[in-house]
Amino acid sequence: MTTLQTVFAKARAENRAALVGYLPAGFPTKDGAVAAATAMVEAGCDVIEIGLPYSDPLMDGPTIQDAVHRSLTNGTRIGDVMRTVEGVAKTGAATLVMTYWNPIDRYGPARFARDLANAGGVGTITPDLTPEESGVWLQESKDAGIDTVFLVAPSSTEDRIGKVAKICTGFVYAASLMGVTGARESVGSAAEGLVARTRRHTSLPVCVGLGVGTGAQAAEVAAYADGVIVGSAFIRRLLDAPDEAAGLASVRELAAELAAGVRR
Amino acid sequence: MSLTEGPILTAADLAGNGVYGDDPDGNGKFGVFGGRFVPEALIPALDEVAAEYEKAKTDEEFLREFDHLLRTYAGRPTTLTEVPRFAAHAGGARIVLKREDLTHTGAHKINNVLGQALLTRRLGKTRVIAETGAGQHGVATATAAALLGLECVIYMGAVDCERQALNVARMKLLGATVVPVTNGSQTLKDAINEAFRDWVTNVDRTHYLFGTVAGPHPFPEIVRDFARIIGVEARRQILELTGRLPDAVCAAVGGGSNAIGIFHAFIGDEGVRLYGYEAAGRGLESGEHALTLTAGSVGVLHGSRTYVLQDEEGQTIESHSISAGLDYPGVGPEHAWLKDSGRAVYEGITDAEAMEAFALLARTEGIIPAIESSHALAGALKLGRELGPEATILVNLSGRGDKDMGTAMKYFDL
Repeated sequence: MTTLQTVFAKARAENRAALVGYLPAGFPTKDGAVAAATAMVEAGCDVIEIGLPYSDPLMDGPTIQDAVHRSLTNGTRIGDVMRTVEGVAKTGAATLVMTYWNPIDRYGPARFARDLANAGGVGTITPDLTPEESGVWLQESKDAGIDTVFLVAPSSTEDRIGKVAKICTGFVYAASLMGVTGARESVGSAAEGLVARTRRHTSLPVCVGLGVGTGAQAAEVAAYADGVIVGSAFIRRLLDAPDEAAGLASVRELAAELAAGVRR
Repeated sequence: MSLTEGPILTAADLAGNGVYGDDPDGNGKFGVFGGRFVPEALIPALDEVAAEYEKAKTDEEFLREFDHLLRTYAGRPTTLTEVPRFAAHAGGARIVLKREDLTHTGAHKINNVLGQALLTRRLGKTRVIAETGAGQHGVATATAAALLGLECVIYMGAVDCERQALNVARMKLLGATVVPVTNGSQTLKDAINEAFRDWVTNVDRTHYLFGTVAGPHPFPEIVRDFARIIGVEARRQILELTGRLPDAVCAAVGGGSNAIGIFHAFIGDEGVRLYGYEAAGRGLESGEHALTLTAGSVGVLHGSRTYVLQDEEGQTIESHSISAGLDYPGVGPEHAWLKDSGRAVYEGITDAEAMEAFALLARTEGIIPAIESSHALAGALKLGRELGPEATILVNLSGRGDKDMGTAMKYFDL
């Protein structure tokens, strides 16, 4: 079994959804990101997505844009992303990289897949890579032994869900609503239907992201999805904290609340 | 000129005859360029736009309506103007301008905007959003939205809002909401990011009225086809004026819509050289330029594989140009394809060269061009000296310079 398969099997055995946390590398600092992700794992995150900061994050809302901008201003490079993955993977959590396609394209897909695998990363989530353009990445990921996760959205037709699900390994990422990343008052009502539609095309776990930020929302999503993905809410905690220690405590507290949510 | 004079726009005018092998393939690729690199959430909307356009482009009713708006609203056909006093500075070569500056709203952008606004109505959508750099596409979009009664939101970099304050006021007067974009470099590329974010959120009732031949498929094809009328007219007109095809066609290239618009009808004419002029800003060595095709590398930006200004890890490098409309670190995929195939040649023009041509055309011919278009004029001056007095050079004067008076006042200390 791959690391991701083990994670979802374990969660299923405990009759709960897995908790997936996102943080960009280099935010709040290079070491601070590892510390925050470690706190998230200790408080109950099963999977960590490390964001690769990119200059043009067109599907991200203001919170992630802000964090990514700070990270790039801090001088975060792909080598730092790999070192972050290495640090987080040591916690034992399944660690993926979430990235727009151009950084991989430019770095070299084969090199990126190999470096990620060597750092202990288990896969990637590529939100702007469509099935039509994914051929090279699927091959390189397979060769390096890492998983490929892609997104489906409420607007996706049956045909598109089928195409996307077919190229996913690890899990399928279902965007809960039409919009950019960011915590919201309520999780989109379209999410449950999308998960159900996705299940008709795959036996892979289906995780729901976008807009989830509280324990109650996590519990709501956990009722129908295999995993709950939270990003902006963690970043918000770090942005609002007066210092690093307070940020870590706040992130830990949120992870614990969400972990309780997915177990309700 | 009477409204009925000249041939009515045909499907072939709009999309060409497809004989040059230059239409994108099923995945929206021009060779290896183009395609779609966007969130899956937008794929259905892109498919919907593509499907509707496929129907529209051969629909008599749509062609008639577009033609009618181009004639009675945009002011087409635009004339050619020969500029001998200006050409005297180009080694005596014959220089002829295609006067897109004389269209309603003052730039070639109106052509694409009217086409897409009609398409928006066919799609049953009630709201349009657009990005704008110099403000010309924003003004054109706000204009078409006012004409057709569509809600309109324009995203514009905060830096551009400042240097093109007059256009911001025009858009507001036309009833549009202008949203200054304060993240990233606060210019066109960031306005595009923000417009995509709006689109993915409001796609059920919104059409993204994309302003240039970049972005994901089908935008490079649609915007080209709606701008194609520039070259279709110019080709007929220059044959009439000079009895032969020009030796060269020159246009400025930012995203590339005015250049594709005038190039496309000439692609099949082997003897006609195509020259695109990018903004060299303060010069290649300064690092402050927008030389995407001449000094960039192949990557993905704003949903399309094309040439991009980027570092070795794929981060976009901020561009620079004195002209907001050319200040963009990407370029349309068809230009990337034309460059790699060798059919078109792309060169850089510095801020200083462009401003010199800007002033020269004003002084010698009484025409104040847009600073964007001045890059093509500066290119034509160089090219004329190279090709000699026997040559005829057609230049796309893509827009007028009214919007640039603030920049000109500062630059020339007027």
